[in-house]
Amino acid sequence: MNNLFVYCEIEDGIIGDVSLELLTKGRSLANQLNCQLEAVVIGHKLAGIEKQLFPYGVDVIHVADDPKLTPFTTLPHASILIKLFQEEKPQIALMGATSVGRDLGPRVSSALHSGLTADCTALEIGSHEDKKAEKVYENLLYQIRPAFGGNIVATIVNPECRPQMATVRDGVMKKEIYDVNYKGTIHQLDVTNYVSETDFAISVIERHMEKSRINIKAAPIIVSGGYGMGSKEGFQLVFDLAATIGAEVGASRAAVDAGFCEHERQVGQTGVTVRPKLYIACGISGQIQHIAGMQESAMIIAINNDPAAPINTIADYVIHGEVETVIPKLIKYYKKNSK
Amino acid sequence: MSLNILVLAKQVPDTRNVGKDAMTAEGTVNRAALPAIFNPEDLNALEQALRLKDQHPGTTVTVLTMGPFRAAEIIREALYRGADGGFVLSDRAFAGSDTLATSYAISCAIRNLPNIDLIICGRQAIDGDTAQVGPQVAEKLGMPQITYAEEIQHIENGIIRVKRRVEKGVELLEGKLPMLVTVNGSAAPCRPRNAKLLMKYKYARIPDELQASNEDYTNLYTNREFLQIGEWNVNDIVCIPHELGLSGSPTKVKKIENVVFQAKESKSFTDADSDIEGLIQELISNHTIG
Repeated sequence: MNNLFVYCEIEDGIIGDVSLELLTKGRSLANQLNCQLEAVVIGHKLAGIEKQLFPYGVDVIHVADDPKLTPFTTLPHASILIKLFQEEKPQIALMGATSVGRDLGPRVSSALHSGLTADCTALEIGSHEDKKAEKVYENLLYQIRPAFGGNIVATIVNPECRPQMATVRDGVMKKEIYDVNYKGTIHQLDVTNYVSETDFAISVIERHMEKSRINIKAAPIIVSGGYGMGSKEGFQLVFDLAATIGAEVGASRAAVDAGFCEHERQVGQTGVTVRPKLYIACGISGQIQHIAGMQESAMIIAINNDPAAPINTIADYVIHGEVETVIPKLIKYYKKNSK
Repeated sequence: MSLNILVLAKQVPDTRNVGKDAMTAEGTVNRAALPAIFNPEDLNALEQALRLKDQHPGTTVTVLTMGPFRAAEIIREALYRGADGGFVLSDRAFAGSDTLATSYAISCAIRNLPNIDLIICGRQAIDGDTAQVGPQVAEKLGMPQITYAEEIQHIENGIIRVKRRVEKGVELLEGKLPMLVTVNGSAAPCRPRNAKLLMKYKYARIPDELQASNEDYTNLYTNREFLQIGEWNVNDIVCIPHELGLSGSPTKVKKIENVVFQAKESKSFTDADSDIEGLIQELISNHTIG
């Protein structure tokens, strides 16, 4: 009872990275809270799934296995979580801020009247004093996220309602094996007790999933462009530099919103969080929502014509100048010196 | 088959273009300095509704927004593009609402509207980016939901077919109406204002706007019913007051910070050739690149 739950996403029998990252974070929070870490897996052909989960320090795996539970549709998965949470009364429930978790989470939180915070960039444990009610709450989940377009960072708490729910984007937390020999228990759910026929209101007619072509999360070097690239044509310089030095291309939200490049390349709170060994920010001012997604890069180079741009404060190297001038020179001198 | 469609829309501060003017001397956001706009994905949602109206004669598109009186602008913008009417849900009792209390108030207001076949809204609003209100409204109304929609392909015999765009691909989903659909920014952009509709609805107002304004077109307003935008306050919806606003919000904001980044000791370069070549040589020699 009152443990920490993680809803695990599964595709082709493989637990999603975002879920393993949450289990890693969940394990350390559970240790702090002195409670158990429990995973929920809903799908079909889940035999052996524990081998993927126990090494992350999972104490209990709740398994709902039925052919009708895959591919994901909202209502059956929501019904299982709602009833399971009513029975198990978790204090915290985490899920990925993905098209699955962001579809499912609000539905579950609404049914349970529990608070949900989307797209957290940090989760911590702490106390909270409600001065008006003269009440102090210990061991609450601090759900920390940029807000208001990334211009502020808010810490959200759910003092009264349980579970305290939060979603976290892919790549924000680090995935780390807790103990390869860790063993927990498996709790097989009788699906008919959790799901009713009316839950299958929506059917999946067709499904085309591709392995993502663009994978900036794993790239060791990223060249990112912002609104300062000026236009879609101007943004080509970012691709040119990336191709020259063997990097992947990223972008700020402003550049993606302006249509300079694909959404898959967006770095930041509402995009991908990256930790490359080198991050080159071209024409990016550095709003919090962007910096949240790249500040753990081992080295940051900022190219900017604005000396006051926030990105300069976290950069290791700042090149003051116009991107149109600086990027061609970087390409030129890289070609000259690399051999 | 004619449809009864409700679009949920929100007026939001334009957080995408926060310039220096929008920051106060203390480094906080000066919300008043940000222009209020039609939430972008709600415009995508409106377009999906208007397309269904084009395909299904007799369909009505109603728009519901929650916010201060000035949010009536959202309804006017929707009328200019082809919506048939709208309501502004406004009351101090809603102040401080988190997504759950917001969806509760909205779902209570929707119960005022009989026989809704389809609710369409944007996936998320740019001031919060939570994507929670749509699914929470659906849950409170006991409706199925399809989120991340890129296109409502068709509705036949009460069955809706939706193309859903997710991280790694697309899905085609079908389900029976009534239903709530949230629409992605990757969906078709909204049609522009129609000049004739702009003329027709220019003076559309909610009663409170009429009272507050100095212009006198009371006669016009009373004679032309289509200029009257509906206005609801907490007394116009059936609700449990405790579930609204701050008291109905399980999440509390503990702290708001303007993040000050830990300044690193950064090396500065100019765009001179010697500077840039020097930097490249340094990066190559320490095996960062190359």
